[in-house]
Amino acid sequence: MILSIKDIRHNITHFVITTIGIGMLLMVVLGMGGIYRGIVEDATLLIDSVGADLWIVQKNTRGPFAEISRVPSNLVHRALAVPGVKFAREFVFHTIQREQNGKPLRISIMGLSWPTDKGEWIPLTSGRPLKQSHFEMIADKTLKLSIGERVKLGKETYTVVGITESMINSTGDGIGFFTIADAQSIQFDTPSEAVRLERAAREARGEKSEIGIKQPSLLENAIKPAAELPQIARPQISAVMITMMPGRNADKIAKIISGWDDVSVYTKLGQRELMLKGNVEKVRKQIGLFRVLLTIIAAVIMALIIYTMTLDKIHSIAILKLIGAPNTVILGLILQQSLILGAMGFMIAYAVGQKIFPNFPRRVILKDTDLYQLAMIVLAISICASLMGIWKALKVSPNEALS
Amino acid sequence: MSNDSKTDYAIETTNITKIYGSDNTEVVAMRDACMQVKKGEVVALLGPSGSGKSTFLTAVGLINPPTSGQVIIGGKLALDGPVAKTNLRSFRRKHIGFVFQKSNLIPFLSAVENIQVAMELSGESSREARRRSLELMDYLGVADRADNLPMALSGGQQQRIAVARALANHPSVILADEPTAALDGVSGRQVMELFSKVAHEQDAGVIVVTHDHRALDVFDTIYEMEDGLMHRKSDHELSTN
Repeated sequence: MILSIKDIRHNITHFVITTIGIGMLLMVVLGMGGIYRGIVEDATLLIDSVGADLWIVQKNTRGPFAEISRVPSNLVHRALAVPGVKFAREFVFHTIQREQNGKPLRISIMGLSWPTDKGEWIPLTSGRPLKQSHFEMIADKTLKLSIGERVKLGKETYTVVGITESMINSTGDGIGFFTIADAQSIQFDTPSEAVRLERAAREARGEKSEIGIKQPSLLENAIKPAAELPQIARPQISAVMITMMPGRNADKIAKIISGWDDVSVYTKLGQRELMLKGNVEKVRKQIGLFRVLLTIIAAVIMALIIYTMTLDKIHSIAILKLIGAPNTVILGLILQQSLILGAMGFMIAYAVGQKIFPNFPRRVILKDTDLYQLAMIVLAISICASLMGIWKALKVSPNEALS
Repeated sequence: MSNDSKTDYAIETTNITKIYGSDNTEVVAMRDACMQVKKGEVVALLGPSGSGKSTFLTAVGLINPPTSGQVIIGGKLALDGPVAKTNLRSFRRKHIGFVFQKSNLIPFLSAVENIQVAMELSGESSREARRRSLELMDYLGVADRADNLPMALSGGQQQRIAVARALANHPSVILADEPTAALDGVSGRQVMELFSKVAHEQDAGVIVVTHDHRALDVFDTIYEMEDGLMHRKSDHELSTN
């Protein structure tokens, strides 16, 4: 006869409510682990999926994800000249916040190196990759845009041609994919008045310069668009991504590029490390601490519940001792209840989590290892929680059955 | 005395004394209590509240060891003063059955399970324990309430289940403390007669602490306690009462 089950059956309502409470608590513990894993996954998603073996960034920066990096766009051609490099692509990445239909719209903008890269590597749930060099975009579904929807960003309007899933940056903002030219156009969008003022300022500076005084006709160029002036550098890009030829050693190519004085180079693994140790590290510690706290709270609550459940049956325990039940029977009764409570709580945590987590604004990723880990934690909590109840039960005198 | 000997006595107590507290707070609850109960004998222990009856019963039941004196059950020395001469809990399980004023059934077990649990604790298989429990319930006239929880039973039925549990492991001793206190006269008498029947049929020594003088005729021997002192009542005393 399993006494623990008989007791649970007798107090089934109380037990079910308690188990649901414990389950919810364990669900939060499980969710915390999943949120951390989601953050890591989101943070490294682009690095993993974009398919670059090496990243060339501004000298002495940890860009482009951990901090701002600016490199000239012609760096692509230099990189292509390095033996062993198959492709070199421009990388532009920045976040903007605009308004769409009266609601704030935060987009992480990523530039695709048109025409080399049309976004064929992006996992689309609907629509298609980019087909033209301008005014098309692929949007992550978290941006809540639909195929064919038009979004005005800066002076231009872009049409959504593809929808992707789970393509978000490390802070959870959905990514919008544009051509590099469009991404830069959005990034460096300047109001017309500012353009006019800059041109006037350029002319004024020219009038005071020696060349302007000697050759006044040159000042006519000052009012032309910046892109038409060779003296003015083209907008810079965030980084250059390199894809190596098969069988080439990334470290050897990185060594060549690291000899250039104006840039730093990182392998894919190095870029991942930078991301995880920079942006994600503090979040990881924060969530980790919360998880530890929640685990302790769950253990304390479970211990109190088990202790209270033990107090509720002190008289029965005394009777059992009176009729000669050995301590192992009493210990088993309490430990089994604690383990049943923990196991049921774990199952509720998992089942409810599976339903609730997909609706969270950030991804909550649960892996088998997380479940095994939580199962071990629950087992440990259940055993620890039962200790106080067992201690109380073992102290009960059979005399108490007579009172 | 040897630790284990053949005897006709189910219970023997030799000068057991129980003292609570010490010095100024010392209270002698029971002094030099001697009792011998033969196998198959039913003994009543009378006395006013606070006279030491329950102290005696818990000492004999190996729950509350005496300060001095010996408790011998079935010829085996169980307590020598406060010193246990055997594993008391295991000894209780095998040799002693208890019935108390309140039925003291485990509330989360059904009537049959309350009996079954005592058998399973002694190593009986679950199936056999259930079969024998139902037999016992039938013997005590409560078989139809097997699956009811204690709270669904009347006081008399609960007490019968308690008696059945006390009999579960064929004890050589049954100790009952005011078993009829919560029962009406008819039920009380039925329970007392049950003890007599069990003692005679199962060759167990039975001690019943009671205030109830209406059913004294079912007992073979009567003891009385007053201010911690125990004496056996003579037939003359009984007839004059």
